[in-house]
Amino acid sequence: MTLVQQMITIGLCVIGTMATRFLPFIVFSSKKPAPGYIQYLGKALPPAIFGMLVVYCLKNVHILSGTHGLPELAAILVVVVLHLLKRQMLLSIAGGTICYMLLIQLGTGYFSP
Amino acid sequence: MNHLSKKRQSIFMAARCAFPYTIPIFAGFWFLGMTYGIYMNISGFSFVYPMIMSLIIFGGSLEFVAVKMLMSAYAPVQTLIMTLMIQARHLFYGISMLDRFKGMGWKKIYLIFGMCDESFSINYSAQIPENVDKGWFMFFVTLFNHVYWFTGATIGGILGSLVSFNTEGLDFVMTAMFVVIFMEQWLKEKKHYTALAGIGVSAACLLLFGADSFMIPTMVCILCVLTVFRRPIEKAGDIK
Repeated sequence: MTLVQQMITIGLCVIGTMATRFLPFIVFSSKKPAPGYIQYLGKALPPAIFGMLVVYCLKNVHILSGTHGLPELAAILVVVVLHLLKRQMLLSIAGGTICYMLLIQLGTGYFSP
Repeated sequence: MNHLSKKRQSIFMAARCAFPYTIPIFAGFWFLGMTYGIYMNISGFSFVYPMIMSLIIFGGSLEFVAVKMLMSAYAPVQTLIMTLMIQARHLFYGISMLDRFKGMGWKKIYLIFGMCDESFSINYSAQIPENVDKGWFMFFVTLFNHVYWFTGATIGGILGSLVSFNTEGLDFVMTAMFVVIFMEQWLKEKKHYTALAGIGVSAACLLLFGADSFMIPTMVCILCVLTVFRRPIEKAGDIK
């Protein structure tokens, strides 16, 4: 690829990304209220989005091979329990992450020859 | 003079209030950003590439794919289609933020520009105190995230494979954050129709279509479910 072609490729990544971020705001301008259906979606979507993002983060976990997703499952349980007990965002996130790092780093030492 | 210092004080307060929310993202973005910068470096690109790309694209997963695009034959149409498919989920973020970004003036442009998964999630779910300016709060969340990603990617690009750190598994910080935000949302609702739909539909599509191509079917199915079950969902009263 020449430099110009590289610049065009990067530019297209920017344009594509900004199109998906700006489009709803351009289509439903703030001058008049959005249709009822869109307003409904705006309120109903977020819980579904957060569920989707959790799955998106875990998309490369293989249940049938490797560690079978057990470190992920254990760490998520730690996050959930910590959060139910203390309800402090940073504590829950740090606890789960440290648990996961320990499992992964100690685990590979155990299982790999 | 008094008015000016008051304004400055309120901006400072919004920054101070926003910062703690972004600490997990700092950990995650520095780790992922450096990984991305290192990846570009060992793929033969100057640090200028991750530096500029992290600044103007500001979308993690796409930037990793973009490295592969830059190393393959020039294919602009394919690049644009891939970009739109990877980034399509942002349409949902925009629809959810239509109301909240109203009346934000010039900040609105930057808020939309910087609306990555993490900025959206914090800005949508954070309980912003009454006395803190919402516009500046969201502005700083976005700005801090942008700075973390930009500095991480640039440092990774400069240092390249020189750095070796035992941070394996640190990327889980992002998963943990989304789990917490999901739970916060869950604890706020009485019924959990849409949250369950989000998890169920995504998991089903992941099994059916595989990790590389499940997001578009997931989005279409979520829209269908929310449209078909609009009445019971609205009746459940979680949506105001």
